[in-house]
Amino acid sequence: MNSLAKLLEAALFASPRPIPAEELVALDSDVSVKDVREALEELRVMFEEGGHGVELVEQGGGWQILTRPEYTEAIERARLAVRPQRLSGAALETLAIIAYRQPIGRADVADIRGVDAGAILKSLLERGLVEVVARGEGLGRPLLYGTTALFLEQFALRHLEELPRVDELAIALRREPQPL
Amino acid sequence: MDDLTAGTIAPEAGAYEGSFVVELAHFNGPLDLLLSLIRDEKIDIYDIPITTVCEQFLVRMRNLALNDAAEYLEMAARLLRIKAHMLLPRHEGEDAWEDPRAELVRRLLEYQQMREVVYVLEKLGEDRRNRFARTYSQELTAPPQAPLALSLAELLVAVDRVLRAACKPTLHEVVPRALDVDGAIVTIRAVLALRQSARWRDVVRLNAEPWEVLSALLALLELARRNELSLAQPKPFADVEIKRELAGEAA
Repeated sequence: MNSLAKLLEAALFASPRPIPAEELVALDSDVSVKDVREALEELRVMFEEGGHGVELVEQGGGWQILTRPEYTEAIERARLAVRPQRLSGAALETLAIIAYRQPIGRADVADIRGVDAGAILKSLLERGLVEVVARGEGLGRPLLYGTTALFLEQFALRHLEELPRVDELAIALRREPQPL
Repeated sequence: MDDLTAGTIAPEAGAYEGSFVVELAHFNGPLDLLLSLIRDEKIDIYDIPITTVCEQFLVRMRNLALNDAAEYLEMAARLLRIKAHMLLPRHEGEDAWEDPRAELVRRLLEYQQMREVVYVLEKLGEDRRNRFARTYSQELTAPPQAPLALSLAELLVAVDRVLRAACKPTLHEVVPRALDVDGAIVTIRAVLALRQSARWRDVVRLNAEPWEVLSALLALLELARRNELSLAQPKPFADVEIKRELAGEAA
C-alpha cells in the first residue's frame, strides 16, 4: 500500500464525519485530487479484499470507514454501540418531500401529505436532518426547509442527485392524467 | 412522545379501543387511506368511480374510528363535493368543462410518488443504520474539546471567586440553613424548560447566599448525572454552559 493510502487511512480513522476527496487533499501539499481518489480506491479495495471487519465507503458527501453490517447485531448486543432509532413513516414522508422540493415551507409539506407536519418538522430539526435554509416570499415570509449533510449520511447518499429522479419513479410512466 | 419513531400512534388514538389504535397507526393521513382503498379495489386512478370511492372512504373512516380527525373529515367533504359536481348536468360541446376529479388525481399521484421515495429512503436508511462509523455520535456535531488542564490551586481559586461573588452572611445569620437541592432542581428544570441552554447566572440569583450556590451546584451535578442536562466549559474559568440533554427527554 502506498504512503498516501496509509495517510488517508489514518485521517479517515481519526475523523468523526465523512470527508470529501477535495478536503483530503489538504493532508499533503504535493498531491492532487486525482491522486487522492486513486489512493482512496486502493484503500477501498484493500479493505474489501484483505479480510477486514470494516470497509471504506463514499456517502454522506464524503469518505468514511464503517463497520460491516454482518457485525452490527453482535456489536449492539454487547452494548458497544447503538443503532439510531428508525424513523416513522410519517417522518420519512416529510423528509422525502423536503428532499425533493427543497426549499419548501411547512404549509406546502402539509399540502402534499394531506396532514399537518408541524410536530414532525420540529423533531426532524432537532435531529439535525433538516434545517431552515431560507424564508419564502409569500404571506408572513414562511420558513423554508432543506435537508442537511447528516441526512445524506444517515441515508447513505453521496449527494442529493443520488435519490431516484422523479421521472424514474414507477408512477411517472403516466405523469399526465389522460383526458377523462 | 417521539413523533419520529416507527409505530407512533396519534395522541387522539388513545381514547379509542385497542384494535382501532393499531389501525390508525397504519395510515399516514387521508391520502394514504384513499390510495390504499384505490389499490385494494383495483381502481384506475385516472378514472375514479367517485360514488363508490366516496362511500368506501366513509365506511373505512367509520371502521377505523377516524371520525374525529379533521384531515380525514376534510377529505370526505372534498370527495362528496366532487361527487356533487359530477352529478351536475353537462351541456354537449361545452369546452370549459373541467373534470372535478382532476385536482384529486394530481394530489394522489404526487402523494404516491412521494410514497415511492419513502420506500427508497427506508431501504437506504436501514442499510446505513446497520453500519457503525468509528465515532458516530448524535451529540457529536463539533470535534470534542481537549480535556481541561487545571491545577487544584486554580480550581480552588475558581471556587473562591464564585463564593466571593455571593454575599457573605452577616453575624446574626449564623443559623445554618439546610441545603435545598430539590428546590434548585425545580428552578433549573424551569429555566431549561424555557430555553435550550443556560448559564450559571441564569440558575442562581444575584447575591445568592452560599447555601443557594451550593444547592444549585449539587442540583446541576445531580441533573447531569440523570442525563437531563449537560455541562460544558469551553476553556478554564469560562462560563459554564448548561445545555438541555435531548437524549434525556421523552421526546
